[in-house]
Amino acid sequence: MIDRPEDATTTPSTGHEWDGIRELDTPLPRWWLWVFYATIVFAAGYCVVYPAIPLLNSATRGTSGWTSRGQLATDMAAAEATRAKVTAALATTPIEQVDPKSPLMAAAIEGGRAAFRVHCVQCHGSGAAGSVGYPNLNDDDWLWGGNLATIHRTILHGVRQPGDAETRASLMPAFGRDGILNPAQISDVVSYIRLISQQDGPSAAASRGQVLFAENCSACHGAEGKGSREFGAPNLTDKIWLYGGDRDALTATVTTARAGVMPAWGQRLDAATINMLAAYVHSLGGGEQ
Amino acid sequence: MTLLVAKVGACLIAAFLAIFWALMAADSAFAIQMGIVAAAALIAAWAMARTADYRAMSGLAPPAGPGTGYDDNLIRFGVIATMFWGLAGFLAGLYIALQLAFPALNLGLEYTTFGRLRPLHTSAVIFAFGGNALIATSFWVVQRTCRARLAFPSLARFVFWGYQLFIVLAATGYLLGITEGKEYAEPEWYVDIWLTIVWVSYLAVYLGTIVRRREPHIYVANWFYLGFILTVAMLHLVNNLSLPVSIFGSKSYAAFAGVQDALTQWWYGHNAVGFFLTAGFLGMMYYFVPKQAEKPVYSYRLSIVHFWSLIFLYIWAGPHHLQYTALPDWAQTLGMVFSIMLWMPSWGGMINGLMTLSGAWDKIRTDPIIRMMVLALAFYGMSTFEGPMMSIKTVNALSHYTDWTIGHVHSGALGWNGMITFACVYFMVPRLWGRSRLYSQRMVNWHFWLATLGIVLYASAMWVAGIMQGLMWREYGADGYLVYAFSDVVAAMKPYYLIRATGGGLYLLGALIMAWNMFQTIRGKLRDEAPMSDAPYDPALDKPLQPVAAA
Repeated sequence: MIDRPEDATTTPSTGHEWDGIRELDTPLPRWWLWVFYATIVFAAGYCVVYPAIPLLNSATRGTSGWTSRGQLATDMAAAEATRAKVTAALATTPIEQVDPKSPLMAAAIEGGRAAFRVHCVQCHGSGAAGSVGYPNLNDDDWLWGGNLATIHRTILHGVRQPGDAETRASLMPAFGRDGILNPAQISDVVSYIRLISQQDGPSAAASRGQVLFAENCSACHGAEGKGSREFGAPNLTDKIWLYGGDRDALTATVTTARAGVMPAWGQRLDAATINMLAAYVHSLGGGEQ
Repeated sequence: MTLLVAKVGACLIAAFLAIFWALMAADSAFAIQMGIVAAAALIAAWAMARTADYRAMSGLAPPAGPGTGYDDNLIRFGVIATMFWGLAGFLAGLYIALQLAFPALNLGLEYTTFGRLRPLHTSAVIFAFGGNALIATSFWVVQRTCRARLAFPSLARFVFWGYQLFIVLAATGYLLGITEGKEYAEPEWYVDIWLTIVWVSYLAVYLGTIVRRREPHIYVANWFYLGFILTVAMLHLVNNLSLPVSIFGSKSYAAFAGVQDALTQWWYGHNAVGFFLTAGFLGMMYYFVPKQAEKPVYSYRLSIVHFWSLIFLYIWAGPHHLQYTALPDWAQTLGMVFSIMLWMPSWGGMINGLMTLSGAWDKIRTDPIIRMMVLALAFYGMSTFEGPMMSIKTVNALSHYTDWTIGHVHSGALGWNGMITFACVYFMVPRLWGRSRLYSQRMVNWHFWLATLGIVLYASAMWVAGIMQGLMWREYGADGYLVYAFSDVVAAMKPYYLIRATGGGLYLLGALIMAWNMFQTIRGKLRDEAPMSDAPYDPALDKPLQPVAAA
């Protein structure tokens, strides 16, 4: 090995040795010490400016007057100020009376997009495409109506929300569980539904089912199975299914019925936000006049 | 003989009591845990009865005098336990990393959900891998720097095996869903009591050995180890103060509530990092780095000043985990400024470690163990700069609750704690088993590069992901609304989760290579391989050219 100059240190050691380890008595690195002092000075200064020293019943407030709650309030107020004009207008104007081509409507849709991301995506998905049991909001198939006013009411009062008198409510009987139809009859009804939704061809079972349908289902779903928004009864002739259109899913639906629930958002959100959500959902593609 | 009967009897009584507790148990998880305790007590009784020296006891043979060497048998078990729990912990970490990218890996079973496996991972790497490394190296270091054998050898055995029982109880408890809900302090009251007994015994063995030392002065590594043992005892006791619902059940409720509980928890949590993962591991560094480098420690004065400033300042920094919470603003401020003042005291250890290598820098090329130590110190320096920076209110407002924190923790844990532990184990294994060298230096080199690449992938992925996450959460559009939904942020994280899992996989692979290398070294094999030196010397060429003889 080459002997390098740095090997020949002139720094004295402390004179002790532990298991062959010696310690040099090198002074503290200057830069290290000065940075350490600097952090202490910074800390002291920071404690003057910010709340820091606990006293008996309170703490020093700091010369800046900063509080974390104050900072939050300032930030929230700034965000609210940017949207103040829009929220003020929407808090009082029913959404269906806003001119669809106006900047206010555009702003309402953007606000609704933001609120949707916070409150609605959990069930309806981030693209509002829904999933089993949660309607797709992009299409033009509406259970309770697809114009601004009906969407607004659905959001405001929810679906089957307990304790809300104006909530969207209907109850399909559990035909199997309650013994209204026997399994063979349910199978026939399912065959008929698959016929009118153009999934299966005509059959004897479907013909028997047609009779049962007229007796048991048409009151809500209509004679042709096209549904009724008055009862939130889905159209059974299209290819859009909330709980699935295969035999198993349909059999389960007829046997035990379905009764999805959506919260009445009026209990949680302000009027402007509900208007914005209605505008946004209406704008997704299936909005009706 | 009387002592043996007493010890075996105590184990049998403990087993009997544990079975009684299991039968009385209020919940089935507690019954399983007590069953484990009973089994452990029976195994201990059997092991003691089997290994006792009956000939010496009956006077047929003279009692074996004290061995001439150090008390190293426990350390042999210790390094094996370190390696074993390390592999288990890394594997658990890789699995939960993959769960974040592929939630289906939760398998729909309560036992394998992220919520239960995550404490299994953190406890396995911190307390099982790190804790065993600390116990094993501290027993090695304290004996050698005091020139004395361990003070209470049977108590030391109890410390080691008792600690393993703590690990098993904690780990099985997590899988069964037993938790105090306190991060890094999840085990319930009865496991806490057990750990307290083990830990006090550890302190007694350690202090006793120092008292019996044959050296006039206490070496710096021992200050750090002692600081770690004492402070962890205090942290453990205070944070785990709780009242069991029933002495036959696993559930207990904390003595503190609300923000007081949160502050106690993070006083504990932060100082678990400060004293378990920093002070204790600095103890390892202060012995093994000068030993491996064969150089004197750079500065005795720096070691004194940074030791006391670290010990004093660390204990106040906990509230920085609770910035922008219900914790009063003044406490948040103090947590932040103490963290900032902690920067240089932390770096003192890095400077002392790195500067000890001055005059031996060439070893970075030729000695992969030195290379691991240097990398460990570099990551130590990096994460102890990052920590104070992240404690600053404005930075914390961005970084808190994001994966930046995870990246920060892992650059410290994988880089500093992991690498220094690997280096120390590589140092000790050939010496513990009396081998001339490790089975393979080149496999250490492979381990080094795999682990380094793994850490780089892990840390950089989490930095990018964390900062992205923080920015997306707070981004407001021009119209005054949040731009992203929480689910948008989750979706954006996926590629980074995959990179992180890749990094973790490489780190685990490196550890597997280490386990093989260690196993072969213990078996006494030496791999036939070219030396790591990069400047080969050929004496045949080392001579002046001869002039060609005239024809």
